[in-house]
Amino acid sequence: MLLNSFLLLAGLLFCIGVYGVLVRRNGIMVLMSVELILNSVNINLVAFGAFHGDVGGEVFALFVIAVAAAEVGIGLAIVLLMYRNRLTTDFAEADMLKG
Amino acid sequence: MSPTVHIAGSLLAAAAESVGGSGPISVDDAGWFLNNAWLIPLLPTVSFATILLLGKRLPGKGAICGIIAVAGSLLLSCGAGVNWITHRDSVGSHDGVPAVHRSLEWLRSGGVDHDVGILLDGLSVMMLFVVSFISLLVHVYSTDYVSGDSRYTHFFAFLSLFTAAMLFFVVSDNLLQMIVGWELVGVCSFVLIGHWWEHRVNSNAALKAFLTNRVGDVGLLIGMTVLFFAAGNTFDTLTITKRIAAGEVGRTAVLVAAVCLTVAVMSKSGQFVLHTWLPDAMAGPTPVSALIHAATMVVAGIFMIARLYPVFWTGMSIEGSSINLLAVVGSVTLLFGGFLAFTQDDIKKVLAYSTVSQLGYMVMALGVGAWTAAIFHLFTHAFFKACLFLGSGSVSHAVHSFNMKTDMGGLRKHMPHTHRTFVMATIALMGLPPLAGFWSKDEILVGTGGWGLFGGTQANGAYTSMLVMGMIGAAVTAAYMIRVVYLTFYGEYRGHGRPHESGLRILLPLYVLAFFAVVAGFLNLPKGFQWLPESWHERFGHYVEPVAAYFPHIGHAKPSWSLALVSTVIALAGAGVSWHYYFRRVRHRSAVERMSLTELPDGPVSRGVVPRAVHTLLVNKYYFDHLYTGVIVRIVKGPLARLAYWFNQRVIDGVVDGTGRKSVVAGRVLYRYFDQGLLDNLIVDGSGRTSDSAGENLRRMQTGKVQQYAAVLFAVSAVIAGVFIMVLAW
Repeated sequence: MLLNSFLLLAGLLFCIGVYGVLVRRNGIMVLMSVELILNSVNINLVAFGAFHGDVGGEVFALFVIAVAAAEVGIGLAIVLLMYRNRLTTDFAEADMLKG
Repeated sequence: MSPTVHIAGSLLAAAAESVGGSGPISVDDAGWFLNNAWLIPLLPTVSFATILLLGKRLPGKGAICGIIAVAGSLLLSCGAGVNWITHRDSVGSHDGVPAVHRSLEWLRSGGVDHDVGILLDGLSVMMLFVVSFISLLVHVYSTDYVSGDSRYTHFFAFLSLFTAAMLFFVVSDNLLQMIVGWELVGVCSFVLIGHWWEHRVNSNAALKAFLTNRVGDVGLLIGMTVLFFAAGNTFDTLTITKRIAAGEVGRTAVLVAAVCLTVAVMSKSGQFVLHTWLPDAMAGPTPVSALIHAATMVVAGIFMIARLYPVFWTGMSIEGSSINLLAVVGSVTLLFGGFLAFTQDDIKKVLAYSTVSQLGYMVMALGVGAWTAAIFHLFTHAFFKACLFLGSGSVSHAVHSFNMKTDMGGLRKHMPHTHRTFVMATIALMGLPPLAGFWSKDEILVGTGGWGLFGGTQANGAYTSMLVMGMIGAAVTAAYMIRVVYLTFYGEYRGHGRPHESGLRILLPLYVLAFFAVVAGFLNLPKGFQWLPESWHERFGHYVEPVAAYFPHIGHAKPSWSLALVSTVIALAGAGVSWHYYFRRVRHRSAVERMSLTELPDGPVSRGVVPRAVHTLLVNKYYFDHLYTGVIVRIVKGPLARLAYWFNQRVIDGVVDGTGRKSVVAGRVLYRYFDQGLLDNLIVDGSGRTSDSAGENLRRMQTGKVQQYAAVLFAVSAVIAGVFIMVLAW
C-alpha cells in the first residue's frame, strides 16, 4: 500500500483548511475550515495506522473526532452569541481585545 | 479495522458481564443486595435520563418516575443493610470484617489501572439508607411543594441526579470515583440552588456555592494526588487506607494530604472559613435545602473524612493529643456558626447556620477520634434537620415568606401538625433526652475525652477545650431554637391573609421524620444501662464502625453519667434563658402593648454598647462576605502595581530607614547609592520602564483580530516544523 496518495490528500485538505481559516470572514466558514484541518490530520493518522498495522492511529482519530465535535459545539455557540450581540458573524469585526 | 472492532466487542462484553452480575471480580457470599449494590445509584440515574428525555409525557410529569426509582433504591439499601447485619454477625469481631469490594477495570493509562467499583461496609450501607430515605421523603414532599412550578419536571430530574450522585459517591471504591461523585454532587446543588434563576439573588447564590466549593476542590485534588503517590501509585481506597493504617506511608505526606483534604471538607461541609455559601444556598427551593443539609451535599465532606479516616488519624496524630486542625476547625465552626443563628430573621437561614454548627460537631468528633459518634450524629441529624427544613417549608407554603419577624407568629393555632413535628425535631436538635440528638451529641462530648470527673471517659486524647466548646454550643443551639419556635409558632400572627395547614403529602414526610427524630437515638444506647440486655447496647457502632485492617485502632470512650447530666443541664440552661426572654418577657410585653412583638424594644441590644457591637458583628456575619468580595477579590483583580509600589515605599524604604537610624552615615550612603541608585532607579524603575516600553511595543501585536493570530500561529508552527524536519534529516 502506498502512503503517498493519502498524505497528498491530507496535505491538500490541510492547506485548504488553513486558507479558509485565514481569509474567510464568516465565522461559520472559519469553523468549517478548522474541521477540514482536523480531518486532514485524521486521514494522516488512519493512513499511518493502517501502514504500520497499528490500531493506535484509528483509536486516536476517534478521539480527534470526539474532541472536534465538542469544539464545534462550543465554536457554534460562540458564533451564535456573537451574532446575537453584534448582529454579525464577521470575525474581522470582533476586535474588542485590541491592545 | 478488525482490532478496533475487537476492542469495542470486548468493551461490550465487559459491560454485559457487569450487568449480568458476574465477571472478572471477586464475588464473596455476602448476599445478593451487597454484591449488586451498584444498582442503587443506577436507578436514580436511569430515572434522571428518563425524566429528562420523556419529561412531561410521563405520569405525574416525571415525579412518579423519580419517586419509584428512589423508592427502589431505598428498598435495595434496606436489603443491603439486612445483608450487612448478617455478614457482620457471621464473622468474628476479632479477626475483622472484610468490606464487600467489587470492581471493573475502567481504563488503563500509564501503567495505572483505573477501576470503577463498589465498596460496601457498615458506613456506606448506613449512608445508602440515609440518602435514599431522606431523598424519597423529599421527593414526596416536593410533589406538593413545587407543584405548579414552570420547571417542575426539570426539578425532579435533577433531584434524581442529585440522589444518584450522592449514592455513587458513597459506594465509590477509589479516589477518582470519589472525585467524580463529589463534583457531581456540587454541580447538582448548583443547578438546584439556582432553580429559580430568574431572580438575580438566586443565581448569585448558586454561583457562590459553586465557586466557594471550587476553592475547596483545589484542596481535594491536591490531597488526592498526594495520596495517590504516597500510597504507591494507586487510587484504590482500601489499599491506601490499609497502607496508611499499617504505617507504611511517610508521615509528612499523610499530613499534607490530611490538611489538603480538610480544606476540601471546609468548603463542602460549610466549615469556617468557607461556610459563607451555605446560608446563601437557602435561595433554592426548601426541599432542596432539606436534601442538601440532611443527606447529600454537606455530609459528603463528613463521609469523605470517615471513609479515609486513617489519613486523618495518622496525619493529624489524633491519638493522645489535645489539639489538631480538624478538631479546631470543627469546634470553632460549631460555636461561631451557632452564634450567627441568633441574628437571622429568615427561618431557613437560622436552620442553615444550625447545620453549619452541627456539621462542626461532626468534624470536631472526627478530629478527636470519636468516629462512631460523628457518624451517629450525621445519622440522627439527617432526620431532625430534614424535619426542621421541611417544616419551615410547610410554614412558608402557608404564609408565602420565610421572614419570621414580619410574616409569622402564632402559627401554632393554624398549623397544629407542622407545629407538633417542628417542636419534636427542635427538642431532638437541642439534645434533650431521650430524643435522638441527645444520644449522638452526648457521645461526641464523651469522645472528646476532656471530662475528667467521676472516672473520666478514657477516650483517644484529652481534648478539654473541644469539650467546653461543645457544651457551650449545646446551650447556644437550644437558645436559638427556642427563639425560632417562639417567633414562628407563638405570639400573634403578624403576616397577611389566613394561613392554612399544608396537605397530606407535606405532613406525611414531616411525621415520618419526626418519628425518627424521636427514636433514632435508641439505636446506639451507651453501655451504661445495666438493666437492658447487652445486645441492645451500641448497635449502631457495632454494625457501622469498620473492624478491619483498613481502619485504625481507635479507642472507645466510656460513657459517663455525670457528663450526660451536666451537658443536659447546660442545654436546658440555654433553652431556659431563651424561654424566659421570649415566652415570658416578650410575650408579656406584647400583651401590654397589644401588638405581636418579636423582641423587647428596650432589650440589651438597644441599651449596651458591647451587646450592640456584638449584634452588628453577627448581623454582618463576622464580615466574611465583605472580606471575600471586598478585599480578596479586589486584590486579585486590582492593580498589583499599587501593591508593588506600596511594598517598595514601605518595606524596602522602611528597612533602609531602620538601618539608617542606627548608623546615620552608613544609612545615608546606603540610601543614596544603594536604595535610590540601584534599587529604585535601576531595578524597580528600570524594570518598570522596561516592561512599560516592552508593553508599548508588544501591544501592536494585539490587534484583536483572530485571524491574524491564526496566521502567526500557522507561520510559527510552519517554521518550527521546518526546523524539526531539517534537524531530523540531518
